[in-house]
Amino acid sequence: MNIHEYQAKELLRRHRVAVPRGIVVLSAEEAEHAAKELGGVVVVKAQVHAGGRGKAGGVKLAKNPSEAKEAAAKMLGMKLVTHQTGPEGKIVRRVLVEEGCDIARELYLGLVLDRASGRYVMMASREGGVEIEEVAAKTPEKIFREAIDPAIGLQAYQARKLAFGLDVPKESIAKAVAFMTGLYRAFIESDASLAEINPLILTKQGDLLALDCKMGFDDNGLYRHPEIRDLRDFDEEDPREVEAAQHDLSYIALDGNIGCMVNGAGLAMATMDIIKFYGGSPANFLDVGGGATTEKVTAAFKILLSDENVKAVLVNIFGGIMKCDVVAQGIVEAAKQVHLKVPLVVRLEGTNVDLGRKILAESGLDITPGEDMADAAEKVVKAARGA
Amino acid sequence: MSILVDKTTRVVTQGITGSTGQFHTRACREYGTQMVAGVTPGRGGSDFEGIPVFDTVVDAVAQTAANASVIYVPPPFAADAILEAVDAGVELVVCITEGIPVADMVRVKRAMVGTTTRLVGPNCPGVITPGQCKIGIMPGYIHKPGAIGVVSRSGTLTYEAVHQLTQLGLGQSTCVGIGGDPVKGMEFVDVLRLFQDDPDTEGIVMIGEIGGTAEETAAEFVKKSVTKPVIGFIGGQTAPKGKRMGHAGAIISGGQGTAADKIRAFERAGIHVAKSPAELGLTMKTALGR
Repeated sequence: MNIHEYQAKELLRRHRVAVPRGIVVLSAEEAEHAAKELGGVVVVKAQVHAGGRGKAGGVKLAKNPSEAKEAAAKMLGMKLVTHQTGPEGKIVRRVLVEEGCDIARELYLGLVLDRASGRYVMMASREGGVEIEEVAAKTPEKIFREAIDPAIGLQAYQARKLAFGLDVPKESIAKAVAFMTGLYRAFIESDASLAEINPLILTKQGDLLALDCKMGFDDNGLYRHPEIRDLRDFDEEDPREVEAAQHDLSYIALDGNIGCMVNGAGLAMATMDIIKFYGGSPANFLDVGGGATTEKVTAAFKILLSDENVKAVLVNIFGGIMKCDVVAQGIVEAAKQVHLKVPLVVRLEGTNVDLGRKILAESGLDITPGEDMADAAEKVVKAARGA
Repeated sequence: MSILVDKTTRVVTQGITGSTGQFHTRACREYGTQMVAGVTPGRGGSDFEGIPVFDTVVDAVAQTAANASVIYVPPPFAADAILEAVDAGVELVVCITEGIPVADMVRVKRAMVGTTTRLVGPNCPGVITPGQCKIGIMPGYIHKPGAIGVVSRSGTLTYEAVHQLTQLGLGQSTCVGIGGDPVKGMEFVDVLRLFQDDPDTEGIVMIGEIGGTAEETAAEFVKKSVTKPVIGFIGGQTAPKGKRMGHAGAIISGGQGTAADKIRAFERAGIHVAKSPAELGLTMKTALGR
């Protein structure tokens, strides 16, 4: 789960990580008031879950409250298209009005999981404001890393090493250490999966502040952080993915025209791949999980058919624990309930497969059986072309 | 022979009184696995269909000489269950539970440094040596004793691979589902090493997926240290960047973890890559020269 910049900054502030003073608002008038309250030059920032806002017109400097009002009026309701939003863009529903800062240098600080070592790693780079992947690809030597022992947490010496690596002036080293240890605490205590301060700024006064902040959280850890779960903004998510999650289904929309329903994430990915292999294009990833009941299969059909690009559907089930006859019954019921109009290819394998195939064949529904994965994929690709 | 488990393996089920624990303990026993004990705190002294239940893993081990454990406890308690088994000196811990917070696994991994326990999973189907011992949730009947080692990050895609092998008459020495989480116990390399050293394994099927760099590391290992034919497949060739494809670990992030990179690494290491997931069995057969 991701949260907005202003929410991430509030979280940091609670852990005594230095962030600029700011006020989040929903209207241009409120933006004007906020600018008055903050005083001086302010920055108006569109709050959407995507990077690259500056280049897209989602970050504006305002010298006075009336400029802040004007900037907010332009931004609110606009469709912000950045390199991370895709061409459909994101509607700006709120803006953050923040005090301006005297920036001396822009740096990068991040906290991520290193899967290979199974540890969290704090990363720092002198190249702030640039995407870290770009720095990593071009000049990997400019990135400093400290792997953190989870038993003892980030140590001061590690933060110092990073700070000296960043060439932070010695008067500001203690501030950098406080910033980094605060960030680590905020991260660990909220089951975060990613934190990026880009840029981390060094002001002319020698302070370190999080000018921007992006945070993501481990969905599996959210049960112990109701206050973070409440920050979820459904407007920022694909409504079909949200709907699927409510039915305990894992769904991801893609841009092809063959809807897929599969049990198991690995097999679901492989099913997308084999559709591509036979020259087709998958419309989605959908894992119905272990217990594909009639209710779940019905919900899954409804979600994948709500995508109007879908010209044919492939169901690929390897029934292990789950018996094929039960799955077949579910498919038949669900297909009847949703009045399926596009060609349906079903491949069943596993326990009671003969019984399952018989149920499908005798259902009276127009279901094309797939002998194996390859056969099913070929048939569904053909069906999607014919439609 | 085989790796990790065989007919002498004695298994304790952690979370034996839950519905999942009961269902699979029964299924594994029917398969022929020695299910010798169960653990549910507060239920010590009772039994599940004749299998004695204990309050703690250490009690279960002391009373029944269990040397492997399988975990079905819910995510909030699973990390603790793993550590309890490690503390009791269980040699092999198989954690089936899906949905354990990553931070918990980071701590578990750190706590396991210096111990001799092997952890498989979490978020995995388990381990099976066909005809001898099944620990986990995979359907036993699709397997057949033989000489192909299977290692995979997936569940149902592994069943698909095993099914194809069995159809072609290629039985399996042992199949290990290492799980779909980003931080886990045994990695590809650990399992490959065991297969390489197992005289009864003649060929290896390795099924990876997008996310992380474990496949690249495994490819390096294969190039240097594996003399047996290895075939591979990477799931998620059509997956978009930045989206989690069902498994917690299946995500392309920061430009890392793409299927294309992994396939290239496999090919460079001389691993035969199946072009389609429907050709896993066939690719193995060809690699063996049969």
